[in-house]
Amino acid sequence: MQALVIVAHGSHLNPDSSTPTHQHADTIRATGAFDEVKTGFWKEEPSLREVLRTVESEEVYVVPLFISEGYFTEQVIPRELRLSGWDVSEWASDGLSADTATLTAGDTGQTVHYCGPVGTHEAMTDVLVRRAETVTGDPDVGDGFGFAVVGHGTERNENSAKAIEYHADRVREMDRFDEVQALYMDEEPEVDDVTDYFESEDVVVVPLFVADGFHTQEDIPEDMGLTDDYRTGYDVPATVDDRRIWYAGAVGTEGLTADVVLERASEAGASIDAAIATIREETRETEVAGD
Amino acid sequence: MTDVRDEQVTALLDRIVSGGPVEFDGLRASAGDDTYAIEAAETTHEGVSEAEFREAARTDHIAPYVTNWYYWAEVVGRRGRHRRAFLRHAEAATDHTVPERYDALDGGMKTEWGDLVVTATLGEAGHRRYEIRHVDDAGADPADLDPYHDPLAARELSTYDDQGRYRPLRTAPSLVSGWVFADLDGRDAVETLDTLYPASVANWNLEREGELDVTHWRETADRQTGIYGVVEELPAEAVEWVAESCCVDSECLKRREWEYDSDHELEADGGTGAFPCREPCSLVVAAARRWTKLEEEESRTYEFELTPSEKEQIEAIIDAVADGRIDEIREADVYEGANRYRTRFLRAKQFDDEGNLAGVPTDPHEHGHHGHGDH
Repeated sequence: MQALVIVAHGSHLNPDSSTPTHQHADTIRATGAFDEVKTGFWKEEPSLREVLRTVESEEVYVVPLFISEGYFTEQVIPRELRLSGWDVSEWASDGLSADTATLTAGDTGQTVHYCGPVGTHEAMTDVLVRRAETVTGDPDVGDGFGFAVVGHGTERNENSAKAIEYHADRVREMDRFDEVQALYMDEEPEVDDVTDYFESEDVVVVPLFVADGFHTQEDIPEDMGLTDDYRTGYDVPATVDDRRIWYAGAVGTEGLTADVVLERASEAGASIDAAIATIREETRETEVAGD
Repeated sequence: MTDVRDEQVTALLDRIVSGGPVEFDGLRASAGDDTYAIEAAETTHEGVSEAEFREAARTDHIAPYVTNWYYWAEVVGRRGRHRRAFLRHAEAATDHTVPERYDALDGGMKTEWGDLVVTATLGEAGHRRYEIRHVDDAGADPADLDPYHDPLAARELSTYDDQGRYRPLRTAPSLVSGWVFADLDGRDAVETLDTLYPASVANWNLEREGELDVTHWRETADRQTGIYGVVEELPAEAVEWVAESCCVDSECLKRREWEYDSDHELEADGGTGAFPCREPCSLVVAAARRWTKLEEEESRTYEFELTPSEKEQIEAIIDAVADGRIDEIREADVYEGANRYRTRFLRAKQFDDEGNLAGVPTDPHEHGHHGHGDH
């Protein structure tokens, strides 16, 4: 028996915070790849402290639905899950390369394969691009388009910016979009000045966030000038300084994020190859040429 | 009369041939060299052939024991320890014989679980079926309730209260009613409970088995880091107020088992819930963080001029908010201190332009009203 537990932050105030976590758990559950798929939260229930006891399997793959390595993935989650003997050196990470560590849960005795966060996995680049396809409705989007990945910045966590740069570089290397740029909420280059950084008439803007909330639904749309008041909504695309801004909302809401969760578990030893192939197809919202 | 399926008898035979004798809930069965034995309800068949064993297993006396064994051994199994324990509990399996349980299950056996009622009934060939509904709907005709089948649908049901407000605490007594999961198997029944009241089944069973790992306030506070690190500074007296504010039955259906520490109990009522609360939850920790900061303030002496009725009205407003009764106060009931018109009158009379009560500034050296702090 093998179980998957997706762990995420959750919220006491915003019910949308946990929506992507549940959505991806449902997607993976439907593949039947795991005997059990559960979710656990820092701020919701079951809590990180109690999620493992709701799992019947002895072998548990824990994947954090977080964007970057840092306080939560290195301290809070292992502590709350009671992973005996955890030390961040188990991941031997440079801030982007955390993969997996196998530990024992102190309260349940289960074997826990504790994986790195979804946000730093290379497959997240594909999700960013898929998000661009979904928001434009074009499976071949790229020509004539600029592409911006938006992150928080280094104010709270230096690894946050590393993840943004990493994916921006990888999208650039695809040579699919005319221009690619990393932008930040609280440092240069700032998302407020998005049109200064692109020459393309169309720009897709994808925030590297797990869930939609205050930052992705209120701050970023207002900062970019998509709307004066987030409560009135904004158009997609919205015209700013004669550019069309295709604002995608949090990348973590894209169905393909479930694939990254599976990639993490697979690399940690879960036997789930068939499920990965299924999810790559079934989460696609745009039609592929030839379909 | 209980119908026994061939596959159930075959499973029992396979089990005693390869796994050794079975002794379960009053059924005994074993295999020797080409002979078999089966015994239940004071009826014994020993040294019988396989055909005779099969025939005996189908008799009215023994059949319920066979289907009962099949359900618990083959359908429920032992892998899900907490799940199995709950399902056994749902038919009081340790207190009653199989025939007694089958009789009772025919009429439905009820277990209250927070604001839920779980009803166990007998399905085909000894399989159990479970119905889950809100306790407020206990007497309702199922046709009048919204039907659900997928345990995951319970997630949506429990996310918002009847006014559409988000429920961050799943065990708050604000679960909406009007729905029914009419026909669940054991796995889905426990999954549904665990979705409505996460980890409640596991913690209930751990407690039942004497293994509940209670983490008291002190240990929980000491474990916190980051923005919650400050909660360890909350005075013991205030922890008592936290428990009284957040953890009583009117606010949460879990029964608080954590105390200040293992040597110091809290006086606040822990409640009477079916399942335990084993440590301060994230809502309590987050609220405690706010109170830790607020409790750092020194008290001051303010002087207000109020009529006796106004003093009592302020107390009535605090009570109404604390007890969640604002919505119950009728529009024109100006005899209620927390009535909106009464409250607006008080504000019109007693607040100055800056929102200061009786015109008394919060800080004697400053003017203006201080609003919200950080989040």
